[in-house]
Amino acid sequence: MQLLFERSHSGRKCTILPECDVSYQLPDASLCRAQAPHLPQLSENEISRHYTELAKQTHGVNDGFYPLGSCTMKYNPKINDEMAALPGFAKIHPLQPEETAQGCLEALYLADRYFAEITGMDAMTFQPAAGAHGELTGLMLIKAYHESRGDFERKKILVPDSAHGTNPASASMAGFQVVSIPSLPNGCVDTEALRQAADEHTAGLMLTNPNTVGLFDLNISEITSIVHNAGGLCYYDGANLNAIMGIVRPGDMGFDVVHLNLHKTFSTPHGGGGPGSGAVGCKEMLKPFLPSPVVTKDENGYHLCRCNPQSIGAVKEFYGNFLVVIRALTYVLTLGKEGIPEASSNAVLNCNYMMSHLKDIYEMAFDTGCMHEFVMTLENLKKEKDVSAMDVAKALLDNGIHPPTMYFPLIVHEALMVEPTETEPREVLDHAIEVFRNIYEMAQTEPEKLHEMPLHTPVRRLDEVGAARNPHLRFEF
Amino acid sequence: MGSYIPSTVKERQEMLESIGLSSIDQLFSHIPEELKLDRELDLPSGKSEMEVSRVMNNIASHSVVFDSIFRGAGAYDHYIPSIVKSVTGKEEFVTAYTPYQAEISQGVLQSIFEYQTMICELTGMDVSNASVYDGATAAAEAVNMCCERSRQVVFCSEAAHPDNIRVIKTYCWASGHQLVMVPVKDGKTDLSQIAGQLDKKTGACLYIQSPNFFGQIEDVQQAAELIHSVGAKLICACNPIALGLLKTPAEQGADIAVGEGQPLGMPLSFGGPYLGFMATTSAMMRKLPGRIVGQTTDVDGKRAFVLTLQAREQHIRREKASSNICSNQALCAMTASVYLAAVGPDGLRQAACSCYQKAHYLAEQLSQIEGVSLRYTGSFFHEFVTDQPDAAKVLDALQKEGILGGLPLEDGGILWCATEKNTKEDIDRVVEIVRKELM
Repeated sequence: MQLLFERSHSGRKCTILPECDVSYQLPDASLCRAQAPHLPQLSENEISRHYTELAKQTHGVNDGFYPLGSCTMKYNPKINDEMAALPGFAKIHPLQPEETAQGCLEALYLADRYFAEITGMDAMTFQPAAGAHGELTGLMLIKAYHESRGDFERKKILVPDSAHGTNPASASMAGFQVVSIPSLPNGCVDTEALRQAADEHTAGLMLTNPNTVGLFDLNISEITSIVHNAGGLCYYDGANLNAIMGIVRPGDMGFDVVHLNLHKTFSTPHGGGGPGSGAVGCKEMLKPFLPSPVVTKDENGYHLCRCNPQSIGAVKEFYGNFLVVIRALTYVLTLGKEGIPEASSNAVLNCNYMMSHLKDIYEMAFDTGCMHEFVMTLENLKKEKDVSAMDVAKALLDNGIHPPTMYFPLIVHEALMVEPTETEPREVLDHAIEVFRNIYEMAQTEPEKLHEMPLHTPVRRLDEVGAARNPHLRFEF
Repeated sequence: MGSYIPSTVKERQEMLESIGLSSIDQLFSHIPEELKLDRELDLPSGKSEMEVSRVMNNIASHSVVFDSIFRGAGAYDHYIPSIVKSVTGKEEFVTAYTPYQAEISQGVLQSIFEYQTMICELTGMDVSNASVYDGATAAAEAVNMCCERSRQVVFCSEAAHPDNIRVIKTYCWASGHQLVMVPVKDGKTDLSQIAGQLDKKTGACLYIQSPNFFGQIEDVQQAAELIHSVGAKLICACNPIALGLLKTPAEQGADIAVGEGQPLGMPLSFGGPYLGFMATTSAMMRKLPGRIVGQTTDVDGKRAFVLTLQAREQHIRREKASSNICSNQALCAMTASVYLAAVGPDGLRQAACSCYQKAHYLAEQLSQIEGVSLRYTGSFFHEFVTDQPDAAKVLDALQKEGILGGLPLEDGGILWCATEKNTKEDIDRVVEIVRKELM
């Protein structure tokens, strides 16, 4: 379809702004740009139709099943968006006098209390804008903690080889060296290898539990103890929290700092890539280092306090992706103490249900009960029929299903990681199971057909190599 | 209690039985008992939608919504066209994830490609990414782009937005880069102060914002020439509305243009979500952090768009990636695109000219009040600083009239801002209230 720029006609426009009602001489030409930017010139109808057409070529949670592993694509409740649009939140200037922003501060304060309780932490910050940003912030807290004790030699962060790529990347940005810890054949941390690696240079360990293969690491207490005994701290990557809310808390497993993906676990929409929120929680001893300002409460109300001399500083403008926090707070208020564990229970149920009805034909990477997601390996299918994880994923597209996460975690070959979430009804799972089974059948009988798929999507398989080799990154006028 | 789980208790039981289980608890039976929470979460009970709405409305009502805003300082009150809210509220865009599966994500991918084009047009640069979190993290990421093994000294203007400076400081501390602050003189970056500290071997970059925190238009070109003389890079933070009128970072020799995209259709939102935009030269393309969308073709030869140059990114390069960024601000980037499409080239210039003219009118009127003076004499865009005897008194008086006045600075000054939303009538009213207070 056409680009906005290709639809553009010189002279067309929307009438958005009035003529300026004061006259003042404009700046000298020496301060001004030589040429106006090429922006589209279109009527409102044309813009509206353009984006409606683009929307039709976009698959969101609202368009169908979205079992994208590790991304927790649950339904995004509409009340959350409505609350985020309330003028008392959306129209408040971040630098308004404190007494005129009490509603916003109250919301942040409540969110702090609720998310600290859910994670078993003592305090939160909502400045980080996304999961990876939360990781970076959490690692900075760990760094500041060690430095405050005069310990400048702890330069290493231990990261399992099954971890999400953001973990090592965040550690690197925080100035640490990354030490990869191998996984056991059952997908869990090799505690012997961990024991070998943890020493006086260890700043901390980054881990998610359930881990990236969807299994709860039963040795978690031993793992966090090994790190603590070596003087390091334990960082919990909240990517998989949807499996255990209200059932097990990171704080009770021995973690010292966590990040949450409010756009995964707490139902805020992902917007085609963002904005998210990577809220970070920490135990008492890391509190002095939290980003500034923090929200406090006394008899006069709520305050923004830059009262933390040991703070790592700021990691973002103002107070984070505030309206995302409002959505997540709305969600927590809706579910409450009963609904939060119920959400996790049903996420795990839906996942086990799907896995159980597929494991007789698809090979599971780890054939034990899963938590909220499971990983299958198509290694044998690839060897025997030349049908890859990619082929299966692309075949799902023709069936209106967003594919699972492909080729992750890296420790599983030809991996497909499936996370159904709790907000899907049984018949959607049954349909997906049937589609998966049909694709498997096709792989046995007509494998070459799978290489051609998808056939019915707005575009078909793309030349990605060509895109990277000859980057064409903007429209040329 | 509220819930979004479709399956009934009966259905859940049937599902459990179909996989050989009898209770939900069995799904968690392998988790050691001593780890499990042996109590309910200490949270309120769940609520119906109507009750939640009541609670949240009540909380929101504790904030004061100002109809008339003369405060900027990094968050600007601009008019948001209706089409912006309508388009960015479409559920397909709102509820999609990052467009990993290009075949069913062409809508999001094409919109990002269009956004990248518009950011290149605004800034004059060659390449834009698909967004980062905000202006401050864009600045910090740009600094990281410039630092190399031997070049680790970062110069940062003290006239930049305080939050941007704070974030750059935090990132530099974490990664071990050396930060040198460049002082302010007469409201602008005093470039003469760094001439002696520039080193051909260690200099990485200079970060300068124009218009700066005080609203002053900096001599970016001179800054670029200075920093380029030692082979280091110039990072220029800019205001996207101002770029409807003022010189682009590219025209002034910047290597990287960054900025806060909030003025392009995003509400004030108590500080977020906003939009960090980043654009650079072709030479530095492969150092850009974050997602980038490229044009390609599908197997049938049809034009299509796809996430590209992924060899820079964390999911491929892990600890060697150019940044850890994964989620960005995609929907905010789309907001900016729709805003720019709606106002078009003429409308953007009109918004910029209105901001400029109204701010200058306000400055002129305020400075005619006895006791009020403009602090700086340099050119400014839509923000400026005044000195007056009692800032708190003036701002309180405005607040009583439902007007959010300028930002009080620690040294007694007030940083004012005017946008196209402030009518002449509003401005005259502000001036009258200030005059009365200072009489």
